[in-house]
Amino acid sequence: MQHKIGHVFSLALVLVILLTSCGPAAAPKEEGAYKVAFVYIGPPGDLGWTYEHDRGRKLLIEELGDAVETKYIENVPEGPDAARVLRDYAQQGYDMIFATSFGYMDPTVEVAQEFPDVKFEHCSGYKTADNMSTYFGRMYQPRYLSGIVAGKMTESNTIGYVAAFPIPEVVRGINAFTRGVLSVNPDAEVRVVWTNTWYDPVIEREAAVALLDEGADIITQHQDTTEPQKAAQERGALSVGYDSDMRAFVGDTVLTAPVWNWGAYYVDTVKAALDGNWETHQYWGGLQENVVLLAEFSPKVPQDVRDLVEAESQKIVSGDWDVFCGPVVDQNGNTVVAEGECMADGDMLGMSFFVKGVVGSISED
Amino acid sequence: MQFIFEKRQSVSRQAIILVPIISFLVSLLLGAILLAVSGANPLLTYAAMGKGAFGSWRNISETLVKAIPLMLTGLGVSIAFRMRFWNIGAEGQLTLGGVAAAWAALSLADVLPAWMLLPTVILFGMLAGALWAGVPAALKVLMGVDETLTTLMLNYVAILFSKHLYYGPWRDPEGFGFPGTAPFPEAAWLPRLGHTRAHWGLLFAVVLAIVLWLVLNRTRWGFELRIIGENKRAARYLGINIARNVILALAVSGALSGLAGACEVAGISRRLQQGLSIGYGYTAIIVAWMAQLNPLAVLLVAILMGGLLVGGDQVQMMMGLPAAVGLVLQGMILFPMLAGSLFTEYRLRIIRPEKTPPALVTTEEA
Repeated sequence: MQHKIGHVFSLALVLVILLTSCGPAAAPKEEGAYKVAFVYIGPPGDLGWTYEHDRGRKLLIEELGDAVETKYIENVPEGPDAARVLRDYAQQGYDMIFATSFGYMDPTVEVAQEFPDVKFEHCSGYKTADNMSTYFGRMYQPRYLSGIVAGKMTESNTIGYVAAFPIPEVVRGINAFTRGVLSVNPDAEVRVVWTNTWYDPVIEREAAVALLDEGADIITQHQDTTEPQKAAQERGALSVGYDSDMRAFVGDTVLTAPVWNWGAYYVDTVKAALDGNWETHQYWGGLQENVVLLAEFSPKVPQDVRDLVEAESQKIVSGDWDVFCGPVVDQNGNTVVAEGECMADGDMLGMSFFVKGVVGSISED
Repeated sequence: MQFIFEKRQSVSRQAIILVPIISFLVSLLLGAILLAVSGANPLLTYAAMGKGAFGSWRNISETLVKAIPLMLTGLGVSIAFRMRFWNIGAEGQLTLGGVAAAWAALSLADVLPAWMLLPTVILFGMLAGALWAGVPAALKVLMGVDETLTTLMLNYVAILFSKHLYYGPWRDPEGFGFPGTAPFPEAAWLPRLGHTRAHWGLLFAVVLAIVLWLVLNRTRWGFELRIIGENKRAARYLGINIARNVILALAVSGALSGLAGACEVAGISRRLQQGLSIGYGYTAIIVAWMAQLNPLAVLLVAILMGGLLVGGDQVQMMMGLPAAVGLVLQGMILFPMLAGSLFTEYRLRIIRPEKTPPALVTTEEA
């Protein structure tokens, strides 16, 4: 038995010697450059969520040049593990850290307490601190617009929605989309399948195929891959993308896509910090701020649909109306928001019911 | 010419020291090739990994945060493997341990005096883990059901069950509908060491490793377990109650993994949420084998493995390589080390045809 302990011990020793003899690896901090780090849930090559954040990061470099220095880390799991990565960046002297997934919330709060001089920006959560802000976009607005397109163009009146996790952000998207569909096509229904994934091309494709088997002729989704759109295309069905302009990667069967546009926010936020004007905030920009928008239409979308979407978009941008202005009726027929009233931001952020027209249920309650 | 593996008559001291060193050098070399092909300087990368894992007290503490669950599950898996009971369900046992601990922390806070809460939380975690490993053990000894399948399948049951709870009935009513239970009351927090995230789980692991080593090597029960693993027939002749021993040992095995889960929820996340089942229970199998099922060696191997996981981040953060390179690198480092252990018990012989005595191909397991 002693031998084996010796064997492992000697191994440990070799490791330590080898690793310590190589000298310091960290590059000295470049004076002057503002150091910004991004923590990603997926790879920038996902063509979806992380791809859009990384496009924002690149715009930051383009606009601010040598004034900033950026780094990113991809595929960081949500949950306690993220704290290590955040802490590591803070320790390496990064001035601002963007944590770009909901599940980084508690770890970000924890690390923000330890490093009061570092500014933390958490995407999609609800907790803030003196040095921690939140930012997100009213994705439900372009979702609603894309629902109008789908509602107009479905022939089977069945639309498939490959849903990620049963959390308010996703539920809000499904509801907004469905309200868009029903606003132009009261007979249509939106079928929901959960995958409990953000980025799993295989599972997300399977879910899309299941929905196509049920008769859906348009597919949309909330995950960060283009697989559901590709599956739809292979079956001769249409789709609505998400996150990025997926038509560029899949083809014209992608009618349009509600997309993120983080660049402007990232540039403004870092500029504010450089000028000493950064303050704790809870940013929730919409179509008006251009942080979310609808991607260009596919040639398959007829002009009358485009005009209709444009008119609805104007209504939202002008502030006269929003997606969850009453009457909002839930799946069971109960009126949630009465006519003439609009849902408050807080209620939207915690949304946990499906509206009329959705076929499916939100996990177990 | 022919190559054969021949079991060594006796394992030489030389082999025990040289083989791991050579394996490790081969690992580094293979990794270096990968890094060079990916366009990174291998020496700088290794230095960054070493620094990331062991470069400061804070980094060491983060390595320990990873190592603690690996130690506990590694110990649990080792006991089962000693009896050649293939418990690959440590992940599920850990998860269910976390679930039971969370239930105790949230439901018993108002019932128990504060000082009793944390011990109860830990006890519930261990009991749940023991139950989750005990069921496949009982099925195996009483009905001959293959444990590899049952322990593996129960992982999915436990993981999905925990998700059901924190997405459904246990969801924090003040969490804006987001998944995760309410935070535990402070009395259920497992104390941390200083200002780090490393927690008392480390002390549990060290003490339990020593106790296990003593039990396995110095007591009659340990002897019985070893006989069962090495030769079931002999064990039966000696009048050892195999069924009882297997169930007991698996209960201990599961309790250790359950303890790991309880420590994770009470020491790190302080609520039940996503990020509990992230593969510790599977990595534990590698830890156990690399430690050759020796409880004390499990501690060291778990620290090394924790270092590899934590240092692996640096491949991305410092060297700017994609995450996949980090994962492939970790695999490349582990592979020769596992393969190398073959050479401590076997030796490779090259036989030239004309002089060959009838080949002695050993197929026994190591």
